[in-house]
Amino acid sequence: MMNKLPDFIGGRSGLLGLLVFAALLLLVFPAAMNVDQLSLAGRFLAFGFVAAGLVLCWGYGGILSLGQGVFFGLGGYAMAMYMKLEASDGLPDFMRWNRITELPWFWEPFHSLTFTVFAILLLPAALAYLIGIAMFKRRVSGVYFAIITQAIAVITTILIIGQQGFTGGANGITDLRTLKGWDIHTDSAQVTLYYATAVLLIGVILVGKWLLSTKYGRILVAMRDREDRVRFSGYDVANFKVFIFCVAGVFSGIGGAMFTLQEGFMSASFVGIVPSIEFVIFAAVGGRLSLLGAVYGALIVGFAKVMFAEAYPQLWLFLIGSVFIVVVLFMPYGLAGLQENLTRRLRAYLRRTEEHPSSTPSPPRGTTSVGASNRPSQGEPDADGSLSTQEVRS
Amino acid sequence: MTTNTNFLLAVEDLTVSFDGFKAIDGLNFYMDYKELRVVIGPNGAGKTTLLDLICGKTKASAGSIKFKGQELTALPEHRIVWAGVGRKFQTPSIYESLTVRENLEVSYPEGRGVWGALAFKRDRRVLEKIDEVAESTFVKDMLDKEAGLLSHGQKQWLEIGMLLMQDPELLMLDEPVAGMSVKEREQTAELLNTITEGRSVIVIEHDMNFVKRIARKVTVLHQGQILAEGDMDSVQSDKRVIDVYLGH
Repeated sequence: MMNKLPDFIGGRSGLLGLLVFAALLLLVFPAAMNVDQLSLAGRFLAFGFVAAGLVLCWGYGGILSLGQGVFFGLGGYAMAMYMKLEASDGLPDFMRWNRITELPWFWEPFHSLTFTVFAILLLPAALAYLIGIAMFKRRVSGVYFAIITQAIAVITTILIIGQQGFTGGANGITDLRTLKGWDIHTDSAQVTLYYATAVLLIGVILVGKWLLSTKYGRILVAMRDREDRVRFSGYDVANFKVFIFCVAGVFSGIGGAMFTLQEGFMSASFVGIVPSIEFVIFAAVGGRLSLLGAVYGALIVGFAKVMFAEAYPQLWLFLIGSVFIVVVLFMPYGLAGLQENLTRRLRAYLRRTEEHPSSTPSPPRGTTSVGASNRPSQGEPDADGSLSTQEVRS
Repeated sequence: MTTNTNFLLAVEDLTVSFDGFKAIDGLNFYMDYKELRVVIGPNGAGKTTLLDLICGKTKASAGSIKFKGQELTALPEHRIVWAGVGRKFQTPSIYESLTVRENLEVSYPEGRGVWGALAFKRDRRVLEKIDEVAESTFVKDMLDKEAGLLSHGQKQWLEIGMLLMQDPELLMLDEPVAGMSVKEREQTAELLNTITEGRSVIVIEHDMNFVKRIARKVTVLHQGQILAEGDMDSVQSDKRVIDVYLGH
């Protein structure tokens, strides 16, 4: 059976990581959490889409975007517009408050769910494509690109808040109740949406893993390492960057849509600089070379925020800021890298004790392997900080 | 000036200036098919700049570069590669976090677009080519090793191997033996002699012993212009070359 596994799963350890991840999301969480906690987890999983996109584009492609909130917002707003139209009699309430008498033209197509689904996928891709072409063809990269994406996040926020009549302004699009007549606020709907988010997320991660397993994935890493060498090996580097930026944008858009569905509203506060940087922190904490790690990062930081920010709301930003600095300085590959490192040491230790059984008794094998895969990942910094090939393949 | 299309590469009246400093100044340079040419000259003579201009890394201020009759100055870098020009950089440029095999695979001239790269299959043809190139560039035993772990000399060979994957008609090597041991230099000289079969090669080199081993025709650059050109003996006895470069 193992022989029939597609390459992109990453062999036995990759499969184990995926299974643990899937079991945690689909079995453990629903069993251990009440509905409120579960729907909270579902929202963090929605952030996980963005973090997974950042793993591809930042971790593997070396393109740091500080504006992923924009794509998250595009998906989220598209979903919200559909649901708002469904919830209102003709004209959404906030438009009436702003003395708009007729539905704006760009709202019209959002009467259709099919159009909305396409919009969720294509709007982020189209915007990422435009930004990508404009930046990468001109060889804007590194911190310059990061700053520009941040500026785009600011501009988008200002635009949304300023155009109150079309967007709901600072309040956002609120009072979303139904999807095709299905009440999203009931407990059973929240649980269903949680499962839908989890399954979609697993699908997105499989897509990401497949991408990384192709020649494209290796070119992505090659570009991060030596952009010029790739260019002078006959590749139009800009196209390759545009593509991964689009993929990351589409992932974020799906996350945004799933978030809106679960939260019941969408506002500019999920679009701007702060959420955009939070997404980067999720990926950094979880491990920017690990698709699964990034999702764990979103869950851990998300729940930590809920617990900590309730007690000390003013201190949260300081805490998360320091966590970010610590991770960047001491754990460049995040929790996934740490786990990978520990597993390797444990294996080496077990190998030693097996060779000399008289010394320390070794813990039973089964338990250690399960324990070690709590944070499955592929990212693995070597002692000298260089990356192993195994992680590049993942 | 008319272009003679019998040349593989015809560089004519080529000039590039950086803030008024002419790194290459009205240069004319011709290469035959299947020719091995060594370019020497003092630091700042414009040797690396010449390669940069040919491969498109630097844009010319004036003049033309024709490769098999096709004007290169107007092409983007990757198109110049497609036309058949390969360039090795001075410091080994390899992908350190990929394996040696993957380094060579990335250089395989198929799947060069995004969709092509996604659909690319590592089939027998590709693997055989990788094996063949790895064999000839002395890195066959290291195919599954991470390229960052190679020695400096092996990295130089790997980069040459990456270029050979593309089968370029013109191969440009910028100081291929820099930092190599004596034995590695000898191996590289052998390698160069085999890879010049069937293609043209431009080598920039400072190590005169190495140059003597491989050179048939030598071009001496000085201040962005050609100072002398000819076989090794005539260049070595040229008084101007001795004055500016070889020393007495």
